[in-house]
Amino acid sequence: MTTASFINIGERTNVTGSAAFKKLILNGDYTAAVEVARQQVENGAQIIDVNMDEGLLDSEAAMVTFLNLIAAEPDIARVPVMVDSSKWTVIEAGLKCLAGKGIVNSISMKEGEAIFLEQARKCLRYGAAVVVMAFDEQGQADTAARKVEICERAYKLLTGIDFPSEDIIFDPNIFAVATGIEEHNNYGVDFIEATREIRKRCPHAHISGGVSNLSFSFRGNEPVRRAMHSVFLYHAIQAGMDMGIVNAGQLDVYDAIDPELRELCEDVVLNRRPDSTDRLLAVADKFKGGPARAADPAAEEWRSWPVARRLEHALVKGVDAFVEADTEEARQSVVRPIEVIEGPLMAGMNVVGDLFGAGKMFLPQVVKSARVMKKAVACLLPYIEAEKEVGSSSKGRIIMATVKGDVHDIGKNIVGVVLQCNNFEVIDLGVMVPAQTILDAAVREKADMIGLSGLITPSLDEMVHVASEMQRAGMTMPLLIGGATTSRVHTALRIAPAYEGPVVHVLDASRAVGVAGTLVSDTLKDALVAETAAEYEKIRIQRAGSGQSALVPLEQARANGYAPDFAAHPPVKPNFTGTMTIDDVAVEMLIPYIDWTPFFRAWELHGNYPAILTDAVVGESASSLFADAQAMLKQIVAEQWLHPKGVISIWPVRREGDDVMIFADEGRSKPIARLPFLRQQIAKRDGRANMCLADFIHPDADWLGGFAVQAGEGIDAQLARFKAGNDDYNDILLKALADRLAEAFAEYLHERVRREIWGHEVGNRMSNEDLIRERYTGIRPAPGYPACPEHSLKRHLFDLMGVEARAGITLTDSFAMWPTAAVSGFYFAHPESAYFGVARIGEDQLLDYAARLGVSRERATQLLRPNLD
Amino acid sequence: MTTAANALRAAAANRILIKDGPYGTEIQALGLNARDYAGDIPSNHDQKGNNDLLNLTRPDAIAGICNAYIAAGADLLATNTFNANRISQADYGMEDRVREINLAAARIIRQCVDAAIAADGKPRWVAGALGPTNKTLSLSPRVSDPGYREVTFDGVKDVYREQIDALLDGGVDFILIETVFDTLNAKAAAFAAAEAADARGHEVPVMLSMTLTDLSGRNLSGQTVEAFWHSIAHVKPVAVGLNCSFGATELRPHVQALAKVADTLILTYPNAGLPNDLGAYDEQPETTAGFIRGWADEGLVNIVGGCCGSTPAHIAAMARQVASLPPRTIPHPEPALRLSGLEAHRFAA
Repeated sequence: MTTASFINIGERTNVTGSAAFKKLILNGDYTAAVEVARQQVENGAQIIDVNMDEGLLDSEAAMVTFLNLIAAEPDIARVPVMVDSSKWTVIEAGLKCLAGKGIVNSISMKEGEAIFLEQARKCLRYGAAVVVMAFDEQGQADTAARKVEICERAYKLLTGIDFPSEDIIFDPNIFAVATGIEEHNNYGVDFIEATREIRKRCPHAHISGGVSNLSFSFRGNEPVRRAMHSVFLYHAIQAGMDMGIVNAGQLDVYDAIDPELRELCEDVVLNRRPDSTDRLLAVADKFKGGPARAADPAAEEWRSWPVARRLEHALVKGVDAFVEADTEEARQSVVRPIEVIEGPLMAGMNVVGDLFGAGKMFLPQVVKSARVMKKAVACLLPYIEAEKEVGSSSKGRIIMATVKGDVHDIGKNIVGVVLQCNNFEVIDLGVMVPAQTILDAAVREKADMIGLSGLITPSLDEMVHVASEMQRAGMTMPLLIGGATTSRVHTALRIAPAYEGPVVHVLDASRAVGVAGTLVSDTLKDALVAETAAEYEKIRIQRAGSGQSALVPLEQARANGYAPDFAAHPPVKPNFTGTMTIDDVAVEMLIPYIDWTPFFRAWELHGNYPAILTDAVVGESASSLFADAQAMLKQIVAEQWLHPKGVISIWPVRREGDDVMIFADEGRSKPIARLPFLRQQIAKRDGRANMCLADFIHPDADWLGGFAVQAGEGIDAQLARFKAGNDDYNDILLKALADRLAEAFAEYLHERVRREIWGHEVGNRMSNEDLIRERYTGIRPAPGYPACPEHSLKRHLFDLMGVEARAGITLTDSFAMWPTAAVSGFYFAHPESAYFGVARIGEDQLLDYAARLGVSRERATQLLRPNLD
Repeated sequence: MTTAANALRAAAANRILIKDGPYGTEIQALGLNARDYAGDIPSNHDQKGNNDLLNLTRPDAIAGICNAYIAAGADLLATNTFNANRISQADYGMEDRVREINLAAARIIRQCVDAAIAADGKPRWVAGALGPTNKTLSLSPRVSDPGYREVTFDGVKDVYREQIDALLDGGVDFILIETVFDTLNAKAAAFAAAEAADARGHEVPVMLSMTLTDLSGRNLSGQTVEAFWHSIAHVKPVAVGLNCSFGATELRPHVQALAKVADTLILTYPNAGLPNDLGAYDEQPETTAGFIRGWADEGLVNIVGGCCGSTPAHIAAMARQVASLPPRTIPHPEPALRLSGLEAHRFAA
């Protein structure tokens, strides 16, 4: 599905639409009213609609007061305002408060052309875009024909006075459907059809509408209303609606709606059958129970506590709604601003640290707590700096970096957050950091230790390099090693010998605090260092001895290669050969393909989805994280944060030894590349083959596929926003989701390749669970993973497919993909093809592979280091 | 569009035009005393520092500065009226002289410019300068009451209207709304100019220039350069730009940002570097001009000049440096719904 970008207009700051907001304004509680606006923006509203039309109010004064107040809140005032009133005087009073360019909602030809044009001229003079209601002297337009006629007439009048056509937004009236009155049944269709026609007749103009009107007859039944809104928007957006007053946090993903409910809603919205209202009514109650979000009655009680306790509570619960005000209140009650950090904030973080250490709190909550802490500290920093106080009583200062050539930083960021929570000062140098930069920063900042992180195997070598540079520079500070490919064994064998100072491998974030804390302790440090050194020495001795399984010579391994049954399963000629850019994939199509288990693992929550949601220990934490993830997914979809892109190729090939030769033609006369694969050399028991991916390719004529997909385009803008808001939680959440979406994209695309593009798989479509368990035909191994562990193949794959240009993924010097939410690999179609691990290889294969890859022995040694010894 | 606006656009299509430099630091250099300032105008206030009053009391000094800028090669000459509005003059008890001051200011520059045109036939223009006033519509001066405002939109608009009418009566070609630190003040000024145009039955062409208060590129009310452009584009200014703020080096990325989006002439006049420890500007004319040349080389500018610390020598150096360089080409962005809060938002049309 391709849609124009859709603009969410926040609707909660509207006294006619929100009873809660109306109550706040009538009570004069503008502070809380401002919070409503803030939540709107935080929840993704790109414009906020402000309406003060209430009989009991001085609407002009309320509009002015509220707009002036939000002008003083940079995180609200960053977005444009829609001044909403049925009274022109209120609109004009609002326009006089807007420094930015906002939108007037609305004007119409209700009272004739003269007044309409006079108001339009005023809008132009104040510098505002304008919503034009489909309303004329005869009344509000209900049928598609009337809507189109009125809007077109208004368009001609406006462009006639040089009103910019791109600043015109039509609201062709969304009316309630399924009211029981037959004439109302077609209102949804009327809007959608009118939208399509208006976009055609009025170039550059926009279409908006208040979506919640549509489901008015189902008020009280939120799940049904949400489904109706989502279904309606799905169709209206396709027709050209590009803006809407909606509660962005309360839309369902079209594909994720219960299919029964979706179909019934679709019948109603699209007026597909005469009994559609009755049918929806009949089942509506069944869905009513849905995931209601009732407010906890005790929740607000804590707001009446003393400020120190409120701050502690906010930290422990990860509630950031009031932290700025509370911090400010706390600051005014102390002599020096630093006392707020050293007092209530540290006390709160200590509770968090204790709960985390005791396994009663989990990473997602800790990261939320850290967000609160960061926001509080950000409020205090200007005052602290004004006092010219340097540093606080931090436990220690740690330089952290993802090493050169690597771009993955979720794990590093989590560790950084956890360390900060525990009062360490973390200086995060980011990703792709060269050794010299790390060393310089450590010296300049007088760091207590350095933490290195990396995800891909080449990073292991880079870590060794950093360690030897530290040695050369005569440094003595501890070096911490972490990241998915790092291990105690590698640290012991490779990194520790390169540096005489303490080197410690840290398994995960929860251990980082203990290790770092011990290393800055005068009394405990020496013991840990000695203990670790002894442990690593033991590993080295074991390895040097008989610890490893025996290898067979390469020739013998080849003779014991795998022989698929090509007679029973000859190669399947693909429906397509060549290279195809995949740019028709929207995020919502990928959601069903997400494998959630690794998502939880990224947050150090262990267990399989969906059982993890009800797990006795981590269930609550996992459910809360999952709810946040679902909410963010909705935003990703609704606001088009991410733009998945991919490319696939299928080439005629044939096997030559352990290589796969790629050809430009079906006659296989014009070779374009040689892809060398690695073979297992570990001695096998009888009947087990020494596997190599090339074994799955026919030596005479076969086909091989390649793919590269990413879901990271667009992510930077959102991450920058989170960073600016000191919001590590959402930063990590988005990165983790993008990673999952990239994997889901790979899964989705593999299915499409198997079933359509190549077409080697027939039969019924598989369930998502079967997909995750890889119960399909064929495999998609990725360079850098166990079956083809050598990363430089990615370079060949990328060149063959033109990945940079087609899918916007680039490779670092160490063959890490950028954006990081990306997956690439090969497609093998033979039904017997399977995943395996190459593991350790011998010197003979190293030399043989170097020759096949066309690189020196030294380079090959570097590339294959994880598979040697 | 008026004849003046058309003529200026035609000239700007062929070369980079030169705006003059500041009055403030030039007047400071004259070392005038309180009596020079006040002349024989009765007053209960010390008038020293009321530079705008000099239009009445020392027209010779103002004409002298203007002529020095003309000699340096300036094409666009501004009036010495930065604080000649009722709000700012209230500090000197001179609010009832505002019309008189502006009328005189406009006539002085008009006469100098007309004399220069008569002498060499080269076209030049007069811009009536409107400062930001010392009150802001977007911010509350009371920390505890963020919703409070010291002035109203209509109040500020009326103050500007008085000044605009006097400047137009005195013969200026353009209204230059400069040193905009609060976009809402600028919108009120532009609104007043549009009302003045209605009253006169002909257009009043406007130029706008924003000033930044921090290196991240926002003005005092918090808007980015692009958001500012979205906020005032409806005025259809003859030129838009940046002035004062910092030196040319620090201003450059923000000029780039504006030059990319604004479909009108770009007017920039930075300070002569950053002030030294004593608050004085010591950047040499050739240095400033070198930076400006860099902008011109990059095709960023149409009209350049100087603000605080610049002298006629700086203007002359700039004029020399950019004389042979082509002006910026005005871009034609795709139609899109362009809105702004503190940040710019663009939605495809």
